[in-house]
Amino acid sequence: MSAVSFSAAETQRSSAVVDFPSTSSCFDIEALSLAYEGKPALRDLTLRVPRHRVTAFIGPSGCGKSTLLRGLNRLHDLNDQVTRSGRIRLEGQDIHARDVDVAELRRRVGMVFQTPNPFPMSIYENVAYGVRLQGVKRKRELDEIVEWALQSAALWEEVKADLHASAWTLSGGQQQRLVIARTLAVRPDVLLLDEPASALDPISTLKIEELIRGLKSQLTLILVTHNMQQAARVSDYTAFLHAGELVEYAPTDTLFTNPRLRRTEDYITGRVG
Amino acid sequence: MDITNETHSQHISRQFNQELEQLKTQLMAMGGLVEKQVQDAVEALLEGDSRTAERVRDSDNAVNDMQIQIDEECTRVLARRQPAASDLRLVLAVIRATSDLERVGDEANKIARNALTLIESDRHSRGMVEIRHLSEHVRKMLRDALTSFARFDTRLALEVLHEDESVDNEYTTATRSLVTFMMEDPRAITSILSVMTILRALERVGDHADNLAEHVIYLVKGLDVRHTDPGELEGSLGE
Repeated sequence: MSAVSFSAAETQRSSAVVDFPSTSSCFDIEALSLAYEGKPALRDLTLRVPRHRVTAFIGPSGCGKSTLLRGLNRLHDLNDQVTRSGRIRLEGQDIHARDVDVAELRRRVGMVFQTPNPFPMSIYENVAYGVRLQGVKRKRELDEIVEWALQSAALWEEVKADLHASAWTLSGGQQQRLVIARTLAVRPDVLLLDEPASALDPISTLKIEELIRGLKSQLTLILVTHNMQQAARVSDYTAFLHAGELVEYAPTDTLFTNPRLRRTEDYITGRVG
Repeated sequence: MDITNETHSQHISRQFNQELEQLKTQLMAMGGLVEKQVQDAVEALLEGDSRTAERVRDSDNAVNDMQIQIDEECTRVLARRQPAASDLRLVLAVIRATSDLERVGDEANKIARNALTLIESDRHSRGMVEIRHLSEHVRKMLRDALTSFARFDTRLALEVLHEDESVDNEYTTATRSLVTFMMEDPRAITSILSVMTILRALERVGDHADNLAEHVIYLVKGLDVRHTDPGELEGSLGE
């Protein structure tokens, strides 16, 4: 073991820095502030999200973690009450630049919500839907993409016998994996997951978590969760947000064994802050 | 983040506070028991009190039972609370500490058994001064290590780590002179071997106190300083 230091500065250096080369950066968020009807929801937030890793945003209700997540594929564009300053770059490109096609951005940055929201159609059609919109028409090609996406979402074995059954016949956990398959089918670079397992039973939750881990070789995943054990289990990096500010951002192992700041410690250990 | 001995009593769940407090209390009780056993075993030898030596020899079960009970408590906390950060470090430190304390109990037992052999041989042996000195030294280490655990005092823990070096030196010097005595007087070999076993047991108690101090540093600072040279720590601790 190398020299050990107890000085405050040393401890800070060793525990708090999320350090990776800028070339490994997927999202680069710089001085991001966001307000709903003038009420600040994110305050001067700067962080980098590494490519092909799972990054978790944790924090109490109203801390801004979902707001931040939705900002990453410009879901706030639909709300004129939202004001924003600062910059978000995806693979070096400003996502708010004039020449950015929002539909294309949302293809590249897919999103999965808390409650599974399959379309009222068959399993096959759910997955093929986005792909068809992209202009793929040949049945054989569609079949291949549907199978690949369902395989990637670890659902294929359970549904391959009846792909034309209604998506509503699936269980909640299966529906959530179907939604993930539908998102994967259009080949995104990033998958945003907003409490993806909070409505699921423990076994379905573990399947989703296993899926998240498996997917990171293909894409970058960002997870918002209230379930701290889940963040600890699946993520590589964890950002703790509080009152719209980034409090602490560290490798997950460090954050859950030896956080640098008292506020983080109090939150993850369930203390009166 | 450094923590204090108040840190574990501030959870929203008061039940959780109590569970962690209980772990600390039980660990201290176990520490008190093994510390007493080492003291009794050595005093029994120095005063020729075979009854006390027998009592220490036969009281191993109490320590073992405490270890099992505390470990079960830790398992329950891990399963039910899934502790994180300093809570997790506390549970891990307690599990590690019980294992060290249980071994201190074993060493006390070993001292008591050899004390009985020496008392029964009814022959005045050399090495009693060394045993007295070393035992005082390691008992202080053990006491300080337990105090540092109770108070989350890393400065005291650091002192314990430094003490271990001088205990090791004291032990080496004592065994060297006893070897000389054995060469001079072969009839004394049997009893001196018992004395050496006792010295070795005391030196091991020092090692376990040293481990306890390392657990305290892990608990409070989140740093694993096992297998780190104390001299190397000295310059960089900033304590």
